[in-house]
Amino acid sequence: MTPLAVAAVSLVALVNFRLLGGSRLVPIIRGAALQGALLALLNVLLHVQELEHGYAALALGTAVIKGFALPALLFRALRQVEIRREVEPLVGYNLSLLCGAGALGISAALAARVSTSAAAGDPLLVTVALFTLSTGLFLIVARRKAVTQALGYLVFENGIYGFGIAVASEAPLLVEMGVLLDLLVAVFVMGIIIFHIQRDFSHIEVDRLGLLDDAGETSAAGRPS
Amino acid sequence: MIAALIVLPVLAAGLAFATRSRRLREGWLVGTASAHLALVARLAFERPPLVPGAWLGLDDLGLLFLLLVSLLFAAVAVYTVGYLRREPSEPRGDFSEGFLFSNEPEPTFVGCLLLFLATMSLVTVSRHLGLLWVSVEATTLASAPLIYFHRHRRSLEATWKYLLVCSVGIGFALLGNVTLVAAASGQAGAALDLDALLRLAPTLDPAWLQAAFLLFLVGYGTKMGLAPMHTWLPEAHGESPSAVSALLSGALLNCAFLGILRAHQVLEAAGAAELAAGPLRAFGIFSMAVGAFFLVRQRDYKRMLAYSSVEHMGVVALGVGIGGVGVFGAMLHALSHSLAKAGLFLTAGNLLARYASKRAEDVRGALTVQPRTAALWVAGLLAITGIPPFALFLSEFTILRAALAFDPWLAAVFLALLAVAFAAMIGVGLPMALGRAPAGVVR
Repeated sequence: MTPLAVAAVSLVALVNFRLLGGSRLVPIIRGAALQGALLALLNVLLHVQELEHGYAALALGTAVIKGFALPALLFRALRQVEIRREVEPLVGYNLSLLCGAGALGISAALAARVSTSAAAGDPLLVTVALFTLSTGLFLIVARRKAVTQALGYLVFENGIYGFGIAVASEAPLLVEMGVLLDLLVAVFVMGIIIFHIQRDFSHIEVDRLGLLDDAGETSAAGRPS
Repeated sequence: MIAALIVLPVLAAGLAFATRSRRLREGWLVGTASAHLALVARLAFERPPLVPGAWLGLDDLGLLFLLLVSLLFAAVAVYTVGYLRREPSEPRGDFSEGFLFSNEPEPTFVGCLLLFLATMSLVTVSRHLGLLWVSVEATTLASAPLIYFHRHRRSLEATWKYLLVCSVGIGFALLGNVTLVAAASGQAGAALDLDALLRLAPTLDPAWLQAAFLLFLVGYGTKMGLAPMHTWLPEAHGESPSAVSALLSGALLNCAFLGILRAHQVLEAAGAAELAAGPLRAFGIFSMAVGAFFLVRQRDYKRMLAYSSVEHMGVVALGVGIGGVGVFGAMLHALSHSLAKAGLFLTAGNLLARYASKRAEDVRGALTVQPRTAALWVAGLLAITGIPPFALFLSEFTILRAALAFDPWLAAVFLALLAVAFAAMIGVGLPMALGRAPAGVVR
């Protein structure tokens, strides 16, 4: 790998620590976006000689979608629900960082084993890809807010993408596009659901206030689902 | 011809989203479902030959699951028409907690239902593992709005869980795809094309191949409802409208299972089927145990049906894991479970509409209130628990025989878990049909 590529991969790893240790949502969404865009550009950088035009264009498209479109969807959801930060995560930030360091170590050990086989990818890239993947999973299980969990899903997908770049960059163009489209729609649907979660949960509380007198009647007269 | 299976429902979905008239929308739904069924029937009789390298194609396995999808969808389409007519359009109180909620707009519901059909059909005809993955993830996205038909807190929670758990789970299957490509690295043209993979299988790197299979098993296993990745399943089945639960349980779980079977085929072609067998048996037995455990004293009858699905998916995985005759038993089991379970969910929907409660103890005397529905309910219960005249007895017996030949202890555990599930389901489900109906339920 060229020094530029090494720098990009290292930056991806550093972003993971930022994601694990940060509580304010706007910067961590930006971090995940930066990470996705970096990985897509890395794909171009690493395979610049062998890459066909279609793939190069797709990689650039991926960079745009991961760097701008997906975070834009999350920012929109964030504006609607008016949340600024993740409060009371299930696992504290310091402990999260510590887990991150552990995950990085395990990823490096795993990558060392992988690189002895025939389909070896670059060990540094495999390490960082596995680390990113586990960071994403960690964010999904260790944070309470739906937005942060959706973000964790994005980071998880970034990790898979990175792993793909490292060990196999020959999936057909149409499939790559399909995967990207699925990701886009998934985040779109998640954005809508996040909005409904916010709206319905406050909505319900307001309803409860109005229904306190005749709550019994309402539930008895209620219709089935 | 095969492409029409996907294009037709997608076009109909577009029309359903745009149509404002309810009658027209009902027409689109039932019309598309029947046209799809007719098309599938025609394909079954005059099957187009498989073209090597083509992305779409219909093999035996695909045809079996396609038939199921199409048949169940046709039934659900008819059921949905009646269901939507019964549903009030104005906000109303929830029957167990009392808060107000309204329904999703009908065009969205019907449109997503048709998209769901398109994506599931695509799963069954995919001859390319990449395309298969894209379509399985697309089924998740198309069905999430269906679960959120009744817009309230519980269904919202179920939808979020479904979306997140399944998307992440299927992410592992994507990782499996990547790993499979890595296993085939150096083999020009293998990539993810199923025919090429089957041909080149013996030359693939076994270590990568095994890793790929495990990732596929965990990934698609999440969507199939294998324990311990089944956590989304009871919630989604419990909260969605009964017609949707029927499709999820009867058609969708099988589509996910097809993903595992495709990976299994590759391993078999590589002569490494025993690498797949152990994990399949382990997940199978564990799912059966978890399913049976949660069936005991289950209070909510829709959740009971959902946990029964977890248990039966375990049986199917176990059958494939044992191999030999067990694979045949597993296929038969998948088929007959789908039909019986979809029927049960639809009858459960009828009971729910009359009794306005999902708690099994609130439903009594259904035989006097809704004789036909209750008779179907009892028949379904007997079928799903594997009582002799029904197909599930035959498939479970086949798997049991294969298990006996393989390892008597495995057979004993299998039988014990089936017995627990039987006792639990009959214990919860049968009293619902018998006894005196509670006051206030309209006869």
